Amino acid sequence: MSDITKQSLSELVENIKGKKLSSSEVTKAFVERSEKSKELNAYITEDYANALNKAKKFDEKPNLDLKLPGIPMAVKDLFCTRDLRTTAGSKILNNFVPTYESTVTQNIWNEGAILMGKLNCDEFAMGSSNETSFFGNVQNPIDKNLVPGGSSGGSSSAVAAQLTPITIGTDTGGSIRQPASFTGTVGLKPTYGSCSRYGIVAFASSLDQAGPMAQNVKDCALLQEVISTYDEKDSTSIDFKRNEYSKELTKDIKGKKIGIPKEYRVDGMPKEIEDLWKKGIEYAKDCGAEIIDISLPHTNYALPTYYIVAPAEASSNLARYDGVKYGFRAEGENLIDMYEKTRSEGFGAEVQRRIMIGTYVLSSGYYDAYYLKAQKVRKLIKNDFDEAYKKVDAILTPSTPSSAFKIGEKTNDPVSMYLNDIFTVPVNLAGLPGISIPAGHDAKGYPLGLQIIGKAFDEQNILNIAYAMEEKINFKNNITDWWL
Amino acid sequence: MSIDLKTIKHISKLSRISVDEKKAEKLAGDLNSIFDFIEKLNELKTDNVEPLTSVAETTLKLRSDEVKSKNLRDQVIKNSPKENEDYFVVPKVIE
Repeated sequence: MSDITKQSLSELVENIKGKKLSSSEVTKAFVERSEKSKELNAYITEDYANALNKAKKFDEKPNLDLKLPGIPMAVKDLFCTRDLRTTAGSKILNNFVPTYESTVTQNIWNEGAILMGKLNCDEFAMGSSNETSFFGNVQNPIDKNLVPGGSSGGSSSAVAAQLTPITIGTDTGGSIRQPASFTGTVGLKPTYGSCSRYGIVAFASSLDQAGPMAQNVKDCALLQEVISTYDEKDSTSIDFKRNEYSKELTKDIKGKKIGIPKEYRVDGMPKEIEDLWKKGIEYAKDCGAEIIDISLPHTNYALPTYYIVAPAEASSNLARYDGVKYGFRAEGENLIDMYEKTRSEGFGAEVQRRIMIGTYVLSSGYYDAYYLKAQKVRKLIKNDFDEAYKKVDAILTPSTPSSAFKIGEKTNDPVSMYLNDIFTVPVNLAGLPGISIPAGHDAKGYPLGLQIIGKAFDEQNILNIAYAMEEKINFKNNITDWWL
Repeated sequence: MSIDLKTIKHISKLSRISVDEKKAEKLAGDLNSIFDFIEKLNELKTDNVEPLTSVAETTLKLRSDEVKSKNLRDQVIKNSPKENEDYFVVPKVIE
């Protein structure tokens, strides 16, 4: 069967279950395409030989009742994978080989999927363009020298370029939804507590969530169904009744109330984003949804809040990298000197910047003025959503304030880079689920995404809305294989 | 508000990240522009607002205090940059 890599996850699963394709054929096709696509730099660590072996073993005794039978998959290099190097895109973990498996990846392997390798990302998931990775930039398959978004940039690039049928990323402030938007793919950030954080390299623990990144909404729902489980190894994992998201997926969203928050019309928003949003509203109406204007008055305060809360938690989480127990160590004259040199040489500039911000806002004399203040504003932001959800079932916004930009375009100005996440960050602060779906192109032909935000634990509803709108939008990703 | 080089040196010490003069100056510039942006929060009155510490409105689950994983010594020590039998080795601390 030709063009295996062009098939969606759902098609591949169906073909393997129907014995029209073997796991070996599918794995070989994705491995070959990945090998030819090194110029994208989507992978940090390849594990192709093992993948092909596992596929062969699967075919010898196939269990076709599984949800991901013999499906090859590369994952973001923020998930610990037993016996396979896990770097988090950092020099400080360059030689780290986990002795345990993250719960989310374990759930995936339990359903029959096969690990192909680890995908590039911003260092410790801190970035919006994949340019902070110790392992170099990732190319967006949409166009040469275009960023794939971040921090899950290797993941978005690999899915869009069809190097993997589907993947997982993590999202602390937009790191799944923004790269999905930049590459014309679908990315879901689940409700905080839906997917276990066990075995995911921590960035900001009160915000981090893992989620699927896919070519379409149906595939996304299927993977969400696999990865979302209650896990006693994560004390913030929540024990709620999870849907069978792919089985319960429906395009019937008649009468659903969708809110349009006026505060998301930010100053200087490009006209094409405004137009995309208007078109999105029309698509939602065509699907039978009712559109309601709402207000989220504290939207403008979300980014400043995030840039206190996230670095504060990061500075605390990253204190563990001291060169003693694992990872990179620089030699020093004494213990303190060793710590300082290890961290100075082992962390990149953006990570050091965020550790310094976090340390400052938590330091004696500044805690109340910054960290406590930010936690209070975070409450106001969450209250805005609680208030809005008394009137609506979901909220529709653009995913990003622009399309993908060129590599190097924003690296010198941290604040302009941070503004990328203006529409995604409030969702993390409130712990809500959000999905980005491709919805159109800008004048340059680059993809643009729309975001649907749901109530907590209401993933099924936003997946349904996305599924219905996806059909109306009928988006086609324009990938020319320019790197081949 | 302005973060000066003295403050940068102090934060660098607290963070256990060594900085030279050049790096300190760059960091001071970056942090000042980031904090200018963060200052926006001062527009809001928050005296009577409860801080949000967790979005998950659940209480922590209790579990029985049982040992579930044993004999992990080799796994724990496996990634050590410098090891000596069962120990993590660091530069000499006590003279």
